Amino acid sequence: MSDQEWKGVLVFIEVTDGKVQEVGWELLGEAKKLASKINQNVQALIIGHDVEKFAKDAIAYGADVVYVVDDPGYKNYITKTYAKAFVEIVNKHKPDIALIGATNLGRDLSGAIATVLKAGLTADCTGLDIDDQSKKLLSTRPTFGGNIMATIFCQKGKPQMSTVRPKVMKMPEPDPKRQGQVIKESVPVDPKDLTVKILEYIPDSCLESVEIEHAKILVAGGRGCNTPAGLDKLKELAKLIGGELCGSRPLVESGAITADRQVGQTGKTVVPRVYIAVGISGAIQHLVGMQNSDCIIAINSDPNAPIFKVATVSIVGSWQAIVPAMIEELKKRMGRQ
Amino acid sequence: MHIVVLIKQVPDTQEVKIDPEKNTIVRAGVESIVNPFDMNATELALQLREQYGGKVTVITMGPPQAAMALKETFSMGVDRVILLQDRGFAASDTLATSYVLAQGIKRLEADGEKVDLVICGKQAVDGDTAQTGPGVACRLSFDQITYVTQVDKIDLDARTIVARRRLAKGVQVVQAQLPALLTVEKDINEPRYATLRGIIASERAKVIEWCAADIKADAEQIGFKGSPTWVKRIFTPPPREGGPKFDGPDAVKKALEVVLDNQHFKEAVFGEEGVCKR
Ligand SMILES: Cc1cc2nc3c(=O)[nH]c(=O)nc-3n(C[C@H](O)[C@H](O)[C@H](O)COP(=O)(O)OP(=O)(O)OC[C@H]3O[C@@H](n4cnc5c(N)ncnc54)[C@H](O)[C@@H]3O)c2cc1C
Ligand SMILES: Nc1ncnc2c1ncn2[C@@H]1O[C@H](COP(=O)(O)O)[C@@H](O)[C@H]1O
Repeated sequence: MSDQEWKGVLVFIEVTDGKVQEVGWELLGEAKKLASKINQNVQALIIGHDVEKFAKDAIAYGADVVYVVDDPGYKNYITKTYAKAFVEIVNKHKPDIALIGATNLGRDLSGAIATVLKAGLTADCTGLDIDDQSKKLLSTRPTFGGNIMATIFCQKGKPQMSTVRPKVMKMPEPDPKRQGQVIKESVPVDPKDLTVKILEYIPDSCLESVEIEHAKILVAGGRGCNTPAGLDKLKELAKLIGGELCGSRPLVESGAITADRQVGQTGKTVVPRVYIAVGISGAIQHLVGMQNSDCIIAINSDPNAPIFKVATVSIVGSWQAIVPAMIEELKKRMGRQ
Repeated sequence: MHIVVLIKQVPDTQEVKIDPEKNTIVRAGVESIVNPFDMNATELALQLREQYGGKVTVITMGPPQAAMALKETFSMGVDRVILLQDRGFAASDTLATSYVLAQGIKRLEADGEKVDLVICGKQAVDGDTAQTGPGVACRLSFDQITYVTQVDKIDLDARTIVARRRLAKGVQVVQAQLPALLTVEKDINEPRYATLRGIIASERAKVIEWCAADIKADAEQIGFKGSPTWVKRIFTPPPREGGPKFDGPDAVKKALEVVLDNQHFKEAVFGEEGVCKR
């Protein structure tokens, strides 16, 4: 089959617990930019049970065509069934590019799909573009722990696949008046593929559960303030300004915070409006998870701490001296607002 | 029970730099380690062997020096180590790598060594793709359970495994059919240290080496030819511009002047979207 037959930029819209993962919308925004550069359309693929209702949102966020695989058999995510449905849609509609959110589900799924399709897959991209000459997809991603960036393209195989972490691409403005086409597809589940069974789901208790990747304000602690008193001060600061607590890996390792609050290469990527880093040295593995925050305030007793290189405002000093003074000062200002 | 662990030798990522002139990765002087997640995979295999009996085979695809990584797991107590080594494997991306690893496992099975469980790390820290495991599972038609934080039970008669996997907002308990492939999270266990006896034994350990022909690898599916993705360019990310730095007694006051003037801070803390929750 010739490569020219493959047309369109397809985005997988992940639905979990009856909700669309926002990264799907973020990717539709990005897909629109890519599609316009190669004069192709934007396609969305939704798989699940009772998910057809999300098709209009997909159109509002930028899809021209939405393929919906809606069947009780897809109520729960099972790699084999979802991969089969995905592959069938791809083989039928032949998109040139396929984008998937790099969530746990998306990463679980994309490796299987790419293997079946013998397609090139670039994981965890932070930038997507189209090569002027070849019109191929260029995917840029951090590698070697974020020290180095690599731009990768697919020399052969279709579609050209990439996964992108949540919050890396900008959320587009939805336009409820946009027009698009909804195509219902039937891909029955093969009972033979149901060897994996979900026995139980244990949601994190409300208290611990936090999605720091959605917080507008984050107060992050590092080894330099990893004491009960230090963490209490950070919590006080977070509460005052309406932020969430998160931290570097040593805090997770010592049990001071749960793993879902870890920022960095092996934790989460966050892009809040405000990130206050206290007692964090700024190792590359931490920086890759937070350096795109809009406003970074760093507090560290070491004037040469690498975190200062990425900070919007740096304060040299111990948390014991700085954080309480900051809380006091902020309280004064906030009273005045 | 026969467990296969897939490990990768990776450069200690903190040390890797880029040569600004040649735009190539400088690995000289950089120490190689076993991918940290794969240490957890090895530890899990050893614990399962202790509980259910059987043996553990560790496989890696890599250059000759990757034998060092295999020996490290040998000193932890695994039964057998295999190096998949061939010049044709060089430049393999995840699609080609998963092919080679799957072929290695098929060779074991052809030799009469049926595999019940394959364990991978969640991701390799040099590439961070987390794709190799799912790729191998897919090629072998094994059930896959990714992001495993705990193995609850293995029933060798019913040929099932029950494990817990980490999702964004909770933990899922799933049952899969054996043979299955798991990828494991860092917090599943603490890898054990090698014993002195283990280290001595590993010095003399035999590393089984298989080349492309030994695993009947198709030349079209390995190395450059078998890899659809290709690196066009590598570069060091441009450093972010740091802002003012404040020191001394008035540091907080002065810093806050700047902070309170920052549009993002103002909007997030005082603006509508960041309603101040006191
Ligand atoms: C494969 C791999 C993956 C990793 N993934 C991650 C990851 O996802 N996230 C992550 O965070 N790390 C990760 N790391 C670890 C990372 O390399 C660093 O070790 C870690 O980020 C350091 O955390 P820290 O800054 O809190 O501690 P340190 O580096 O120990 O820094 C503590 C800082 O506190 C300062 N300090 C001390 N006392 C005070 C005081 N009283 N007041 C103010 N400042 C003080 C010190 O000057 C110092 O700068 C990873 C490492 C590896 C090898
Ligand atoms: N060359 C390799 N040899 C053996 N196992 C590998 C290799 N590359 C990756 N793996 C396995 O696949 C996992 C995920 O790697 P990656 O897809 O590169 O992030 C690793 O933790 C290993 O278990």
